[in-house]
Amino acid sequence: MTDLLGNFGRFCLFSLSAVLYAPATLGHPRGWARLVPQAFAIGTKSVPVIMLTGAFVGMVLVEQGWSQFDAANLSDRLGAIVNISVAAELGPVLAGVMLAGRVGGALTAELGTMNVTEQLLALRAMGTDPVHYLVTPRFLACVLLTPILTCYADVMGALGAWLVFAAVHGGDSTAYWKYTQEVVQIWDVGTGLVKAAFFGAAIGLIACYKGFHCRGGAQGVGRACTESFVASFIAILILDYFLNVVVNQFYLQAYGPRSLI
Amino acid sequence: MNETRAQPDRIIELRGVSKRFGSQVVLNRVDLAVQRGSVTVIIGRSGTGKSVLLKHIVGLLRPDEGEVHYEGRRVDQFSERDFKAVRREVSFVFQLNALFDSMSVAENVAFPMQELWSGRRSRREIAELADQALEMVGMEGSQSKRPADLSGGEKKRVALARAIALDPPPKVILYDEPTAGLDPQRADVINKLIRKLQHEYHVTSVVVTHDMKSAREVGDRVLMLHDARFLADGTPEEVLVSKVDQVRRFVQGLAEPEDLASLTEE
Repeated sequence: MTDLLGNFGRFCLFSLSAVLYAPATLGHPRGWARLVPQAFAIGTKSVPVIMLTGAFVGMVLVEQGWSQFDAANLSDRLGAIVNISVAAELGPVLAGVMLAGRVGGALTAELGTMNVTEQLLALRAMGTDPVHYLVTPRFLACVLLTPILTCYADVMGALGAWLVFAAVHGGDSTAYWKYTQEVVQIWDVGTGLVKAAFFGAAIGLIACYKGFHCRGGAQGVGRACTESFVASFIAILILDYFLNVVVNQFYLQAYGPRSLI
Repeated sequence: MNETRAQPDRIIELRGVSKRFGSQVVLNRVDLAVQRGSVTVIIGRSGTGKSVLLKHIVGLLRPDEGEVHYEGRRVDQFSERDFKAVRREVSFVFQLNALFDSMSVAENVAFPMQELWSGRRSRREIAELADQALEMVGMEGSQSKRPADLSGGEKKRVALARAIALDPPPKVILYDEPTAGLDPQRADVINKLIRKLQHEYHVTSVVVTHDMKSAREVGDRVLMLHDARFLADGTPEEVLVSKVDQVRRFVQGLAEPEDLASLTEE
């Protein structure tokens, strides 16, 4: 337990240090020179897998819900329910989980290898803070790119759902888009994207922390990658719950309750 | 501090430094004073804490007990931020070379200069200095290669180039096994390079090595670390004729009787 708390404390200090370097990174051309390649690696290479995930989530939700909604004669509203689920919940969470596996694992492996081959020590020995040089650009790239990738998941989720709704089950396309437009508000998409930014921060920080603290050669790096994914996945689910509580409370206070059907 | 100011020739000083990892005592009240402009060689069997000792000088490890002084200032209690000033005067050649995989050879060698001068010198000037350093270690023409494309010996030479590529050269260079993995002729070039940096630029060097030929050629002073303490300290000639059994066995490359026991048991 003491070890767990100590580890969490070290993670918090590590994260604070990475966050405090963010203004210096964003405010200097050399910071952007480190950030842009990371953003490219995290962003562009993740687009296909995120789009595929989003599309199939939308498709599966329509497939699952069609019979129930059709029996209740509410099939026209199915698109709205699926799309609000994707925009507010499944899009950011599944994009986060995919990135935790694809990007988080790669970041941990890269930094872990640098760690066991003394490259992190070499940076320190040259008077360069490895957190500033390596972690902050990766953290910022994850924070900035996860919401953008979530947009892809949201759009593909809506299109995938519409495809199954209209082409497989013969639903009314006009009703699908009409009710989606009525029900899914900017608020839902916006809170989904804010959550995605938090998930991105968790993925980036956990992956870098695990890489920086792995021990024991190739085996240690492999173990750190697994731990990184598991810890990111759990962090995403815990963050998701608490962010939902906050967002829902805020919505209730600001706008009052609403019915989706 | 006053004591150190009275002896300005001591650029690095370790006083009673102890370091443990778990229950293993790696350094036990070790004292070391390195004279400015000298080449100090530390020899000893693998795992006796030679690299650990080097890392204390630049604050990559902090002592459990004792003090580390650099240029008359006690530095072991410096924060990471304060240590930057020391680290920019002291270069470190790592045992595993620690070249950055994501960069080319030229970028690796230019990196410390870019970090140190941060826009105050042109890219062209830095590239020229990097080229000169690569030429000094016989690695000209490999600027665009990646570390993964180099042999072990080539990586070692690029790591050396990265350590010396400053104008003027660093005040101190710490070498962790600089000739390991090099053929005897290349090792000779590195030994001569260490001497050249000493003679021409007055660079102070601390060299950790197993290579007795190298120790003899470059060392003004040789110390042997054994069981967490210095067992021998003197000129290369003095250490080579030491009567202390462990020192004699090490310099002659003779195994300890207990190491041979498992081979002779039937």
